[in-house]
Amino acid sequence: MSTITADLNTLSNAQGHVEAHDSEHHDTGGNTVFGFWLYLMTDCLLFASFFATYAVLFMNTAGGVSGKDIFELDFVAVETAALLLSSITFGFAMISAHSQKKAATLTWLLVTFAFGAVFIGMEVYEFHHLIAHGNGPQHSAFLTSFFSLVGLHGLHVTAGLIWMTIMMIEVVRRGLNPQTVTRLSCLSLFWHFLDVVWICVFTVVYLMGAM
Amino acid sequence: MSHSESHVINNLEVHAHDTQSHGSMKDYFIGFVLSVILTAIPFWAVMSGSFSKPATVWCIVTMAVVQIWVHLKYFLHLSFKTEDGKASSLSFIFSAIIIVMVVGLSVWIIYESNAMMMY
Repeated sequence: MSTITADLNTLSNAQGHVEAHDSEHHDTGGNTVFGFWLYLMTDCLLFASFFATYAVLFMNTAGGVSGKDIFELDFVAVETAALLLSSITFGFAMISAHSQKKAATLTWLLVTFAFGAVFIGMEVYEFHHLIAHGNGPQHSAFLTSFFSLVGLHGLHVTAGLIWMTIMMIEVVRRGLNPQTVTRLSCLSLFWHFLDVVWICVFTVVYLMGAM
Repeated sequence: MSHSESHVINNLEVHAHDTQSHGSMKDYFIGFVLSVILTAIPFWAVMSGSFSKPATVWCIVTMAVVQIWVHLKYFLHLSFKTEDGKASSLSFIFSAIIIVMVVGLSVWIIYESNAMMMY
């Protein structure tokens, strides 16, 4: 046993930091986060198949509108800005959470939620605007694939917002124990991942469509 | 196993976890500034319309790929420096290869068959 202890001490010294954590850390947070990362990779494949569908169908407008007619890039630029800002504010929330600052974590989560809500609000407005002008998803293959792809991303962001609300309640009630921080880490991966998907959406759908 | 030993293990776990998902304020700022630039360029390129279509497409695709890399490095903290980071990075690269095959080859096949149906 003493050999094991010596080995472990060498290991931890080699790592450079032996931090004193007062709370017992029973769940393997690293494994949970890695498992969630693998789920996100499968989610990537889901998005990829929606992108492939869009790439195949976007020219089939059935005599209706094309991307050039309906995409407003100023509007999309504001949506992109909201999502990008929410990414960096979530980063600040994670930094606060790792340094056990409860109030700062909650504030940044709230700011992130607000930016996310702005994004979803704008997307709902855009969809409503299109449907009200007779360009609903049933009109052409292009519109079906557009609504599916952008809607799938929107649903993910909405799920992220619901999850964020639950995490805010959890932080208020239980504080920043290791399990809560692990859950926040998973949500942070989810949120940043959705921003990465949005880069592909605005490039492939909006920018290429508006050219 | 004594309490002190389990505590050492716990510290190791916590530490490994920290290095994987921890970013500094500086990292997030660098990532954010780079992302703003890499978003502004393609939007400007398309909205100004001052380049030919192929040049614009190449420009926006390149900017998107670079920005995805920026996000992975500065926001998702992928790296090859830790064991956990290696596992995450490799699983991402694996998914990326599958995606390139699924999307790239589907689009290629469908466009070719579309062209053959036309003529």
